Amino acid sequence: MIESFLSGVNLFNTLVGGLLIGTSATLLLLFNGRIAGISGIAFGLFNQSINDKLWRWLFLLGLIVGAASLHFFSDIAIPSASQASKSVIIIGGFLVGFGTYLGSGCTSGHGVCGISRFSNRSITSTILFVLFGILSMTFFRHVLGLI
Amino acid sequence: MKNIIAILSGILFGLGLAASGMTDTAKVQGFLDVFGVWDASLVFVLFAAVGTTFFSFRVLLKRKAPILDEKFVLPLKTTIDKPLIIGAIIFGIGWSLVGYCPGPAFAALAYFQWQSLLFVAAMLIGAYTAKKFA
Repeated sequence: MIESFLSGVNLFNTLVGGLLIGTSATLLLLFNGRIAGISGIAFGLFNQSINDKLWRWLFLLGLIVGAASLHFFSDIAIPSASQASKSVIIIGGFLVGFGTYLGSGCTSGHGVCGISRFSNRSITSTILFVLFGILSMTFFRHVLGLI
Repeated sequence: MKNIIAILSGILFGLGLAASGMTDTAKVQGFLDVFGVWDASLVFVLFAAVGTTFFSFRVLLKRKAPILDEKFVLPLKTTIDKPLIIGAIIFGIGWSLVGYCPGPAFAALAYFQWQSLLFVAAMLIGAYTAKKFA
């Protein structure tokens, strides 16, 4: 039971990775007073009335630099690209953008930061996107065989 | 100085996502595939991340203001409304289709794979559409 629960899980990598993400969110809130929610940071760039755009660009650039550095300085291999077709990628991307904008957050803002603040909205959002992610995965993979 | 914190924080986040395997779409889809070959990795990542911020936020939000700014910018809404619910459902469905949520999608641009580039482009269009029409 425990072995099957842990199959495919690298305990050290996942826990250190999570700790790094938590540290990142701590740093951004402690120094800059901002929530490390990726969709909020990115989509704030669309907002004409927001004039603090530079830090948002720098954070997103940091995400890319961080991921690149990890594979450069460790022996963790770059993951293979998604097997999804072009149309599935376009639909998936569109829904993720639309849903996280409408729902004011994603896995980082609601899932990590919001839950840590005991936000009702974030807890509700996280339960819903995980639940519907599982339902949708089950339907599209095991019923329709599309993904 | 705030800009240095922003890029540093982004780098730490990107390191964490790549180290934990969350930029691997197969692993994230594996987490959602509870009736297939389930991969519990995301549970451990979330546990460690929330475990950190659960304590750090508690301490640091006792401050009147962040170190480099005048106030904390926190979400003001507290009611669970329709956009939150519908948005989360739509996000969950999109998340399952490819295995990217916004953070890993941006971080994976580092891999120079057309898949992540196409996903991010579609995601930005999706968000822009929500802003204009929803």
